[in-house]
Amino acid sequence: MIDRKIIGMVFPAHSATVEAGQLRFFAKAIGETNPIYFDESAARDAGHPGLPVPPTFFFSLELTRPESNWREEAGIQLPRVLHGEQRFTYHRMAYAGDTLKFEGRVTDVYDKKNGALSFVVMETKVTNQRGEHVADVNKSLVHRNG
Amino acid sequence: MSQPKIKTLKAGDTLPPLALPPVNRTTLALFAGASNDHNPMHIDIDFARKGGMPDVFAHGMLGMAWLGRLLTQWVDQRQLREFGVRFAGITHLGNQMTATGKVVETFEANGEKRARLEIQSANQHGEVKIIGDAVIAY
Repeated sequence: MIDRKIIGMVFPAHSATVEAGQLRFFAKAIGETNPIYFDESAARDAGHPGLPVPPTFFFSLELTRPESNWREEAGIQLPRVLHGEQRFTYHRMAYAGDTLKFEGRVTDVYDKKNGALSFVVMETKVTNQRGEHVADVNKSLVHRNG
Repeated sequence: MSQPKIKTLKAGDTLPPLALPPVNRTTLALFAGASNDHNPMHIDIDFARKGGMPDVFAHGMLGMAWLGRLLTQWVDQRQLREFGVRFAGITHLGNQMTATGKVVETFEANGEKRARLEIQSANQHGEVKIIGDAVIAY
């Protein structure tokens, strides 16, 4: 069981600068073939100011949040965690060189299957260095209580 | 690569599918490093077994990134408004995924024409592992 007291918990805001090298590595790892995601000149030819942050990479940037022990305090054990749902809502593009700010919080914790599974729902607002709203990231983790 | 501008869409239109190579340990190791997801469940068989799994398995977000490729090989990412998934099953080593999608409705919002898509990722046995949706402007 996950401690419901974490509902409403706000994570300390953190920022991450988007690195072109990591975007190229990500493109390689997912087998990307569209050069705008790994070749700066192709990106510029397509009207982008630099390598775009691909649609799911905001999740990866958010993972650079400094380590803390909130999971342990809430009773979450990593080997029991599965990814339940993930959603992105996009407001504008982000590019290599941007510094993005992540402001996240826990919005819900609930059980299913008579407590065999707990769900932890989180949402994060992403803004850029100009204070513009870039994206909203929503995820739910499934904890196998077993 | 630049996508041709889509002028008309209607419910039932399908996206060009995206066929992926079988999941192997190298892909999972690369994805762990590239995606900042260092959860050992995906890269360390000893840890996975302690967690009650027979072996390592694919990151959900690898499958979602592949669905992202399905979308951005079809429309310019600047037209992507929303993208969500539910992870319905574990994608195992050796699974060979195909990502597919179709238009389910068109509508107008914020002064632009938009289409809602249903997308999914299934393995070579037809088992659906990820079910999702997306909204694009066109």
